[in-house]
Amino acid sequence: MEEVKYVPGEMDEIVAEFLVESYESLDRLDRDLLELERDPNARDVLASIFRTMHTIKGTCGFLGFVRLERIAHAAESLLAGLRDGSSSITPQTAGVLLATGDVLRLILRQIEESGTDGEDDHEVLVEQLARLRGEPPGARPAAPPAAEARAAPPHAAVGSRRGATTRSAVVDTTVRVDVSLLDKLMTLVGELVLSRNHLVELSSDRADPSLASATQSVDHITAELQEGVMKTRLQPIRTAWGAFPRVARDLAVALDKRVRIETDGGETELDRSIIEAIKDPLMHIVRNAVDHGIEEPEMRVAAGKHEEGVVLVRAYHEGGQVTIEVADDGAGIDLDAVRAKAVELVSVTPAQATRMSDRELVDLLFLAGFSTADHVTRVSGRGVGMDVVRTNIERIGGSIDVSSRRGHGTTFKIRIPLTLAIIPVLVVASGDERIAIPQANLLELVGVGPGSIEALHEAPVYRLRDRLLPVVSLAQELGLAGGEETSVGRFLVVLHAGERRFGLLVDGLSDPCEIVVEPLGPHLHGLEVFAGATILGNGRVGLILDVVGLADRAGVLDDVHDQPLDIEGRREPPRDTRALLLFADTAGGRMAVPLELIDRLESFPRAAVERSGLDEAVTFGDRILPLVPLRDLLDERRRAPRPAGEDMPADLQVLVHRRGDDLLGLVVGRVIDIVEQPLQLQGASRPGVSGTMFLEGRITEILDLPGLLEMRERRRRLDLSASARAAS
Amino acid sequence: MKRLATFTVDGRFLGIDVTRVREVLRPQALTRVPLAPPQIAGLVNLRGEIVTALDLRVALGWRQRHPGERPMNVVVTTEHGHVSMLVDAVSDVLEIDEGAFERTPSTLGGSAGDLIRGAYKLDGRLLLELDLDAAIGTTSPFGIDAEVDDR
Repeated sequence: MEEVKYVPGEMDEIVAEFLVESYESLDRLDRDLLELERDPNARDVLASIFRTMHTIKGTCGFLGFVRLERIAHAAESLLAGLRDGSSSITPQTAGVLLATGDVLRLILRQIEESGTDGEDDHEVLVEQLARLRGEPPGARPAAPPAAEARAAPPHAAVGSRRGATTRSAVVDTTVRVDVSLLDKLMTLVGELVLSRNHLVELSSDRADPSLASATQSVDHITAELQEGVMKTRLQPIRTAWGAFPRVARDLAVALDKRVRIETDGGETELDRSIIEAIKDPLMHIVRNAVDHGIEEPEMRVAAGKHEEGVVLVRAYHEGGQVTIEVADDGAGIDLDAVRAKAVELVSVTPAQATRMSDRELVDLLFLAGFSTADHVTRVSGRGVGMDVVRTNIERIGGSIDVSSRRGHGTTFKIRIPLTLAIIPVLVVASGDERIAIPQANLLELVGVGPGSIEALHEAPVYRLRDRLLPVVSLAQELGLAGGEETSVGRFLVVLHAGERRFGLLVDGLSDPCEIVVEPLGPHLHGLEVFAGATILGNGRVGLILDVVGLADRAGVLDDVHDQPLDIEGRREPPRDTRALLLFADTAGGRMAVPLELIDRLESFPRAAVERSGLDEAVTFGDRILPLVPLRDLLDERRRAPRPAGEDMPADLQVLVHRRGDDLLGLVVGRVIDIVEQPLQLQGASRPGVSGTMFLEGRITEILDLPGLLEMRERRRRLDLSASARAAS
Repeated sequence: MKRLATFTVDGRFLGIDVTRVREVLRPQALTRVPLAPPQIAGLVNLRGEIVTALDLRVALGWRQRHPGERPMNVVVTTEHGHVSMLVDAVSDVLEIDEGAFERTPSTLGGSAGDLIRGAYKLDGRLLLELDLDAAIGTTSPFGIDAEVDDR
């Protein structure tokens, strides 16, 4: 989280950059002044001097170095006079300007040492600069009597001190390098990494200890070199958003709003060129969030929110990409307003507008000239911008999505690929294919024996500790030959794609390694399942899996939690899709139950069932799991207890439902499948069923499990009171 | 006069502007790309550069190569970088009289009709000039704008 002005650490880099630049500018200033003295008519030299002073003034104003700013301002005013021709340069002017440069250096050094621009107001110098400009002495606060006598000392004093310390520490430890040189180095290191990988592979084939040791040393050096060169190009993303808190604050003040910027993940590093490219788009989105997103304090309070709005800017690595989110807790996008504007601005008929999906409507925000703002404010609302934002992000191979929930806020999500990056991967095998999986997506590796993947037709699952993990077969999903579905000794690579987790079934695992990501050519851009390609240690090209893309393709379900509505996510599966567990009851009728109500799927041998009175139960870990045949629950006519074994299969298929600490096992016929579908229920057929719908082409009853359990409770109480009455 | 680099694909004699050819390579190890459009044969490591290989037999809609036959790579320069075209055999660079050019013969069926600009009548045989940009997919229905076969 950042506060307005500056926090040490966050701003240190900006200050350091300012110092380096200013030292350089002052050196140039000296040269320019000397040249100007030789040729007082050199207008370009004068212009250069003016620019230098102007830049220093502007930057130190921004950084809050008021004393420095004041001197620079006085010097700039003097230079403006020279530039306008209202005064001309004299040796005296040049001398004072040179002295100014020295004083500025002194202050810079002080900033470097202490972080502040000191206590000295340098009144004398400012006075001198003003006087040279021709201002009457009274225009400035009265100078100390000795002012004139002390006109020279700053210069002299600096001169001696300069001899002692020669050069600033900041300048001594930094060198400016052309970015193209860094690019070249990066390319070379990429090639070196590939050659190293090749060498490692060759050496592992040969039992030659001296080759192995030489290879190892090349390996280490390459790794360190690579890290070093990468670092030269990387900058933490906070350099892009360092100014946001200040900008947002000023904007909020201008709009009479209260807004706080929070940032997270500022240390996420990105290539310098990418940071440059996203700076402006990000700034635009943040301004929009403050201007359009966050409501006025009264409206926020009326809506039950804190009067201070929050704009959260965060960055993180996800799936081999960097994701940057700008989320506000404001009013959200008013889709009805967008619809109305669409009719007004984009030659859409009202009927068409009504039919437009949320996604299509939100897309309109990225059209040039489209704005829903009622009025044009000073800062935004002119409808210029979001189209440029999208263009700029797409230019560097990124994408931008919006999700919004009315009354709860809007989130912009920018994804930037790491095309020029070396990433750690795990290479897996499926049949003959070798595919690299970014380790950023990797959670764990599990060896799976035969039978431990439960084949529920199209929706295989694996029981990972207490959770059901959807399983995706790499071979099946990519249509690879050779990968046999349930062969022995395979591995489950547990991956996360954003909030989703799933297990990827593969045939083999290789050692983790580092690879250079290369983008795929334009022929393959449509392939969402691959993030790029790389050259593997054996010299062959290997594909890099896009875990998010694969999860989308395989239809891996979102964890069903209360998430803000994701407009993007709603496009593919229509709306409000639910994961449904499809099963047959013991009489063979097709039923389904929302998957989130089922904790686990279990199978118990009939012999394991213990009976006490009317109740049946099994031992489940160290607990007792009461079993209830679903048929009994659903049947309105209460059944007499059956003799053991009657119409019961040898193994009981049980859906385990957990409510708080209570467990209940529902005995069903067999589990058929897990499907993802929108719930479109038609009338309930009987108690305990919330409705029917078509699932996989057949009429299926959707179980109302909470209702059913309530019915069961009521019945048990009735039973108890009935037996109590019978006993009395 | 025009200089064409020539090669054969499924018994036909084809040529492209020689200035577009970067190099010709012997059969290379190909990494197949699952789910890619059929004419994409895979990816090739071209001295550290990853290059998409396009099978001209598939792109032109001609007979598939036998599994044992290993194709030559004609690496061409496009505005999207290099692309390797897989051909059966590579022949000479020929100087062609442009007067001998005729528009695409109607006898060419299928995709070939769209991807071949026309033919030069040489002694005893026809040299078909490939529309390189169409063939590598910058403008053809197979290419960059094409829907990738999904599932």
